Amino acid sequence: MGLLQPHTGTVIWMLIAFLTVFFVLKKFAWKPLMNALKMREDTIENALRSAEITQKEMEKMQADNEKTMAEAKKQRDIILKEAKNLKEQIIIDAKEQAALEANKIISDAKANIKSEKDAAISEIKEHAASLSISIAEKLLKEKLASEEDQKELIDRLLRDTKMN
Amino acid sequence: MILIGIAMFFYVGAKSAWASEAETLAIVSDTVLSGVAEKETPHEKAGHGDSDHEKFNPGEFIFDHIGDSYEWQIITFGETHVSIPLPVILYSKEQGLVAFWSSKFKHGHKAYKGFRVEAEGDHKGKIVEALADGSDVLPFDISITKNVASLFISVFVILLIFIRIGNAYKRNPIAAPKGIQSILEPIILFVRDDVAKPSIGAKYEKFMPYLLTVFFFIWINNMLGLIPIFPGGANVTGNIAVTMVLALATFTITTIKGNKNYWKHIFNAPGVPIWLKVPPLPIMPLVETIGIFIKPLVLMIRLFANITAGHIIGLGFISLIFLFGEMNQYLGYGVSVVSVFFIIFMTLLELLVAFIQAYVFTFLSALYFGMAVEEHH
Repeated sequence: MGLLQPHTGTVIWMLIAFLTVFFVLKKFAWKPLMNALKMREDTIENALRSAEITQKEMEKMQADNEKTMAEAKKQRDIILKEAKNLKEQIIIDAKEQAALEANKIISDAKANIKSEKDAAISEIKEHAASLSISIAEKLLKEKLASEEDQKELIDRLLRDTKMN
Repeated sequence: MILIGIAMFFYVGAKSAWASEAETLAIVSDTVLSGVAEKETPHEKAGHGDSDHEKFNPGEFIFDHIGDSYEWQIITFGETHVSIPLPVILYSKEQGLVAFWSSKFKHGHKAYKGFRVEAEGDHKGKIVEALADGSDVLPFDISITKNVASLFISVFVILLIFIRIGNAYKRNPIAAPKGIQSILEPIILFVRDDVAKPSIGAKYEKFMPYLLTVFFFIWINNMLGLIPIFPGGANVTGNIAVTMVLALATFTITTIKGNKNYWKHIFNAPGVPIWLKVPPLPIMPLVETIGIFIKPLVLMIRLFANITAGHIIGLGFISLIFLFGEMNQYLGYGVSVVSVFFIIFMTLLELLVAFIQAYVFTFLSALYFGMAVEEHH
């Protein structure tokens, strides 16, 4: 068989074989293969894109978080400061209040004591007066039991009165 | 690869030993199809084997190996041939459709039903039919020759591999490729992204099935051709009939898919002076028209020549062993070491060539398709 002479039988078989391979593979291999490759590439591309978006969002969120944190810190500092101030204020207020209250109590007590003392003094005075009256009464009763005594007293009293 | 090299070393080493014992001719001619040097009778052969005068003919040896044959020679021990008989299918005007096993020819020594494998002359290696009046005619021959059988094996292998892969992709399109899929996917992507897309452009998708088929068909056949023993060893892509069909396929697709712009470029190329396009001097259309046919012709010749050349070089190194072995047995042994080294080197190179030729054929086909479907800018 000449090397450069295509053999008819071989051409025919080759034609059959090649067309078979072509059509069978076209249907059963290349079609699912190309579809799958395309699908996979799309999937990967989408995944990459969404990953990028997510990353950006993450970065944004992180920045937001940091901002929020800083704000919160600031807020906390302010609150702490305020609380400190408030505490001092409260203490000062309380001291003032306590002093005021104490003063008031003291002055009240003083007034009370004074009035009580006054009352007690006047009562003592009254009591002493009535006591002296009753003593005097008893003395008189005893001294003026006789007529002479009475006359004598009256006389003395009259004398005294005259002297005055 | 190394295993094959070692096997070849022993193979050719053994052969060179025989060669030195003046059996060269018997062995070599028995390894080829038609018993070329042995004329027709087996009795004559014994005579040849005994004589020291017949010289080893490397040209015949090589061309018989890269050619086609009706049986699949595997190995020969002395006078014993081990070969796979292949079906011979013929259609003759006298006998109609005839089919029988090629073993009926007794390795080319015998005629069967008036058919014989011609040993000499214009029809050397072909089956001729002897008519009753003594004249010879060529029957219509659609035998399953060695190349055709090898073609069928490769078709089977290709279908097996790619249908499996196709199913894997169908089952789970998004999954990462596994096993053989992961070996072939980069190559498929290479054909798509580096061959089809840049050459054809936006319309590449409808040409993908053809380009992938052609690429893997050529590549796998090239590689099967590099395996020295059955089921490889046939010279399928180095057969002009095979490359012709492939080139015809590219030609047919280019011609059918060619759009208005493509044909306009051929018959009325823009930017060319009018006197070059009309009689009496229609050079441009003429050249372009010839180009339509030259392109597939070149595809056909390039693949055929490259693959055949690779086989010839490998066989040439083997022939060297025989030639030196004929001079001196130990010279044969010595040369076999060098030869085997070169054969290993060549085989590795041929592995590269196998890929490159598949790539070149696919790439040029894609370029032609690209020209055919290019739109006017």
